Amino acid sequence: MMVDGVEDEEKWLAAGIAGLQQNAFYMHRALDSNNLRDALKYSAQMLSELRTSKLSPQKYYQLYMRAFDELRKLEMFFKEETRRGCSIIDLYELVQHAGNILPRLYLLCTVGSVYIKSKEAPAKDVLKDLVDMCRGIQHPVRGLFLRSYLSQISRDKLPDIGSEYEGDADTVNDAMEFVLQNFTEMNKLWVRMQHQGPAREKDKREKERSELRDLVGKNLHVLSQIEGVDLDTYKETVLPRVLEQVVNCKDEIAQCYLMDCIIQVFPDEYHLQTLEILLGAFPQLQPSVDIKTVLSRLMERLSNYAASSTEVLPEFLQVEAFSKLNNAIGKVIEAQADMPILGAVTLYSSLLTFTLHVHPDRLDYADQVLGACVKKLSGEGKLEDNRATKQIVALLSAPLDKYNDIVTVLKLSNYPSVMEYVDSETNKVMAMVIIQSIMKNNTQISTADKVEALFELIKGLIRDLDGAAHDQVDEDDFKEEQNSVARLIQMLQNDDTEEMFKIICTVRKHILTGGPKRLPFTVPPLVFSSLKVLVRQLQGPEENPFGEEGSTTPKKVFQLLNQTIETLYGVPAPELALRLYLQCAEAANDSDLEPVAYEFFTQAYILYEEEISDSRAQVTAIHLIIGTLQRMHVFGVENRDTLTHKATGYSAKLLKKPDQCRAVYACSHLFWVDDQDNMKDGERVLLCLKRALRIANAAQQMSNATRGSTGSVTLFVEILNKYIYFFEKGNTQINAAAIQSLIELITAEMQSDSNSPDPAADAFFASTLRYIQFQKQKGGAVGEKYEPIKV
Amino acid sequence: MNYLIGAFKPACNISITFADGKNRKQVPLKKENGQTIMVPLFQSQENISGKISIEPVLGKKVEHNGVKIELLGQIEMYFDRGNFYDFTSLVRELDVPGEIYERKTYPFEFSTVEMPYETYNGVNVRLRYVLKVTVSRGYGGSVVEYQDFVVRNYTPPPSINNSIKMEVGIEDCLHIEFEYNKSKYHLKDVIIGKIYFLLVRIKIKNMDLEIRRRESTGSGANTHVETETLAKFELMDGAPVRGESIPIRLFLSPYELTPTHRNINNKFSVKYYLNLVLVDEEDRRYFKQQEITIYRLQENS
Repeated sequence: MMVDGVEDEEKWLAAGIAGLQQNAFYMHRALDSNNLRDALKYSAQMLSELRTSKLSPQKYYQLYMRAFDELRKLEMFFKEETRRGCSIIDLYELVQHAGNILPRLYLLCTVGSVYIKSKEAPAKDVLKDLVDMCRGIQHPVRGLFLRSYLSQISRDKLPDIGSEYEGDADTVNDAMEFVLQNFTEMNKLWVRMQHQGPAREKDKREKERSELRDLVGKNLHVLSQIEGVDLDTYKETVLPRVLEQVVNCKDEIAQCYLMDCIIQVFPDEYHLQTLEILLGAFPQLQPSVDIKTVLSRLMERLSNYAASSTEVLPEFLQVEAFSKLNNAIGKVIEAQADMPILGAVTLYSSLLTFTLHVHPDRLDYADQVLGACVKKLSGEGKLEDNRATKQIVALLSAPLDKYNDIVTVLKLSNYPSVMEYVDSETNKVMAMVIIQSIMKNNTQISTADKVEALFELIKGLIRDLDGAAHDQVDEDDFKEEQNSVARLIQMLQNDDTEEMFKIICTVRKHILTGGPKRLPFTVPPLVFSSLKVLVRQLQGPEENPFGEEGSTTPKKVFQLLNQTIETLYGVPAPELALRLYLQCAEAANDSDLEPVAYEFFTQAYILYEEEISDSRAQVTAIHLIIGTLQRMHVFGVENRDTLTHKATGYSAKLLKKPDQCRAVYACSHLFWVDDQDNMKDGERVLLCLKRALRIANAAQQMSNATRGSTGSVTLFVEILNKYIYFFEKGNTQINAAAIQSLIELITAEMQSDSNSPDPAADAFFASTLRYIQFQKQKGGAVGEKYEPIKV
Repeated sequence: MNYLIGAFKPACNISITFADGKNRKQVPLKKENGQTIMVPLFQSQENISGKISIEPVLGKKVEHNGVKIELLGQIEMYFDRGNFYDFTSLVRELDVPGEIYERKTYPFEFSTVEMPYETYNGVNVRLRYVLKVTVSRGYGGSVVEYQDFVVRNYTPPPSINNSIKMEVGIEDCLHIEFEYNKSKYHLKDVIIGKIYFLLVRIKIKNMDLEIRRRESTGSGANTHVETETLAKFELMDGAPVRGESIPIRLFLSPYELTPTHRNINNKFSVKYYLNLVLVDEEDRRYFKQQEITIYRLQENS
């Protein structure tokens, strides 16, 4: 069906073009021989091809364009004809003898053009006559094209100010009147198109109508080009007349297009000065009109206008642009009860952008917009519409983009309320936007109140919101989000300890609601943030960094830390907790709080004993413990002994022999702290190393027993290195002989049959020997010390 | 027949010339045989004068029982062929019976001739004016020569010329109001008007304005009526909606109109009508006919 239709249409178009060309040919011949009568006859016949009803607007346009070209030639001819003495008035009558109206009117317009140029009659009279006579064409498509022809030929002949066709008083009005009338008639025809033909082809017709819209809109463009249309005329005549037509035509497509057209073709300052009139039309439009887009574009234009120059800003204030727009939007939303929420949100979003651009200093305006939005949303429940949610994000992002400062945004009391209405997914997106904004701008959020508000805003990331689906959360996304939160926590800073502590408490309160999945991400930054406070206090210039009474003492901080880390038990994340405890212990050490440090170590040990069962994790943990413990100087002998003893004990109980061995020799450092003389116990160091050697031995034997080879000598070489270290550090228990015998032992091992070759170990050993050699050759005290060792 | 004509060649040639023949306006006149010739134009109350010259065929004398010239106004009905009705008949005796040997010229004059009717060539009827010169002869038949001329009578613009305004319609279907600016138009006039659509419930395709001529001849049972559409002028293309007003501007000059003739000598009438026709998409026609009077206005040229 459709295909046939299209093919037929092609055929008809071809036939139309052929007919047109044939008559154009005869017309040319008549023109060449100056035969006016034949010229009129054939041109009328040629134009009769435009009487067809069979073509779609697009095809009709092709035909029209050809006729248009021919009419240009005819116009030239008419012009010459009048130069030859033929009266233009006679010509004007003569063409009206044509029996068919469409050709008659095309010819009339063509002669009319020459008539105006001849100036034998005032342009306004000719134009008036033409635009009136064109009423004879009531067929929408044919009428539209005819009138668009009229508009085309008359464009340069309007009696505008400064035009050569300007007559005496007030001819601008005539020019305007002419264009307005043509516009009105064209719009009526255009609107009427929808009623032509069967209902089932409605979609097709609407498409065709859209193709023709620019013919109508052109008139508005012409109006905007008329010099004489100044602000007053625009306000008093043009705009009311155009709007009247737009409102009265009661047609969705036309209203939508024309409103947009008005906004686009007339200058911004006109819009600003006529805002009330223009906005007044919106609530009167059909409910189906996409007002949001149109109005948004208006606001967008005005925003850009405001941005273009600061000089125009007073105008905005003077006309109270914001309140007018705000009112209008309110009315539109009220008038169109079934406007989808998307529409309302888009409108608010545009309004917000507008006010941010125009009145950046008026936070109350922005808040007002948000408030109105909340009001509208409150009637709707949670948003389901995807696009509406997107708009909300845009709405919420706008102030962030504008102020680049969440602190300012936090002043908008309705901001969080809007957030309430988006689904948790969007809430998260928005929260991310907020965090990114903070990071980008390095915003300082320095009071607990603000932090409270901020975390309330981003709660989508902080905790599972009610009813939110837990499944389908992308692991990577989740990590990304939580890392952002972690970064955010690090950003919170206040130099005032008191306030900072409050901030920490606030953050803590929020993140503790996050549940086991989030805590591992959020607790560490909080812990470090707290530790930073302590560090700063230690470095602080004040004599007594901690206020006297009731203020934040390190003890309080540590208590808080302890409680915070405890929450990780429930996750469970014992390894993380252990690390944090150790970190805290070290901080307590720096703060000289022995009991606190001891407590943290205790916690760490308990964790180690009770929660960390994986052998690999244990190895890592024990090394961490040893490393931390080694640096602790706050402990008294007793405490230290206890802890060291425990650590050594743990080391010896590791599952794998090599792990045991390494842990044990690491423990040797616990007894030897370089810069503290009271903590140099050479004997126990040696004990540790010997014990390590025994374990290494045992490891080899085990290996021999189970695999038939003794395995690598790596462990021995490592222990050798420890020997050398303590030897150099001056541990008298470690002497050259011991080193010598160890070297020999390794050498023997390496040469034994059962030893499986291990290039890495060989190289390690060789390097170690080279080091000894090197130290020997250094001479002096060092060389002397190494002298006895033979390699 | 040709040889007969040759055999009975008239004994003399008669020619009729008008006194102001050179200056008088000539207008075309369609003859019965379809040829168009140019003939002089007169109006009522004019003097019709000129000369008749009779020239015997070489070397022959013409004996005659008298020479006369007649001015005839005739109405001829085509369905009653050959039956002329002379409504005007004026005679001037130019010569007493005698003989003509050589070319002889007679002046003639009809003063302030009353010619109330215009020359008219219709479908069924013709009204003509003719000068008839008769050289009566006792034998061999009289020699007769005719000279047609055209009479047109001019009317001053009517003192009362109301517009035609009317509202017509079909209930719940179509209501229109139309207006023609005058009821009396001269031949080169322009009909200005408008059609206002009060109610449109049918899908109109187009609207034409027709000029129709109604020629009625005879009387009583013998009346013949012939209607011709002389002009079909498209006023509107497409379907209007309620409230549309469509302009009319129809120039009459391109059409071959005559003045309205009412009951000419009780023989015939010619009347003109404007017929407004609306055609709907099913090609149904809705029309309203209004008589207009057409008159001839003195041209100032």
